[in-house]
Amino acid sequence: MRLVRWFSGLVFVAGFLYYDFFVFEGTLLVRLINVSLFCALFVLFRVIFGPSPADRIVAVDILGILIVGMLALMGLHYQQNFFLDVALIWALLSFVASLAFAKILEGRQLDE
Amino acid sequence: MSELTGTAGMVLICIGMAFDFFGVLGLVRLPDVYNRLQAATKCVTFGTAGILLGVFLIQGFSVFGFKAILGIIFVFLTSPVAAHAISRAAHRSRISLTEKTVVDQYEEDHQLEEGPDVSA
Repeated sequence: MRLVRWFSGLVFVAGFLYYDFFVFEGTLLVRLINVSLFCALFVLFRVIFGPSPADRIVAVDILGILIVGMLALMGLHYQQNFFLDVALIWALLSFVASLAFAKILEGRQLDE
Repeated sequence: MSELTGTAGMVLICIGMAFDFFGVLGLVRLPDVYNRLQAATKCVTFGTAGILLGVFLIQGFSVFGFKAILGIIFVFLTSPVAAHAISRAAHRSRISLTEKTVVDQYEEDHQLEEGPDVSA
């Protein structure tokens, strides 16, 4: 519990130092990207402190899905459509990695 | 017409981001692997797909919009498969349920198939 408090305080200090992490004045899209970064912070909490291996696998899966949405918003913000290519490839790799993690968790080899 | 679809797209993006936030909140707060998975897959079905649909509505029928549609189709096809595989593997590797569990019919089916002593 002490470690959690140290970690959250460190994140707060780093965010205020960089100042770009808590943008209070900006368009709606920039604020939504900030909300999704905050969600990614929660998911990283579950990845680090998950009590069982399955928790970490679920968190990594959801992190991939979250990043797909965030990349779509970034493509809309910068008006560049190669961000959606990156999002598609990220979704594909996240799916394959989730299946491989599930198979390893079940105790089977990858070629069965 | 263009302003109408742009506003609808932004509304869809906001709703999708709210779904993402509540799903992640459930991922942090719920007590069990299976409960966490059930909350977190709500991120997929309306969170990210809502965001991509909003991007499609804003951009219209262009390269950008069709890439968003491809993303929706791909995410809808693959994400439930991954969630099902993870929950099945978690149950088969004996990760314990929470104490408030009422019924576990998958475990009962296993005991009918293999006999009750195999699991212990």
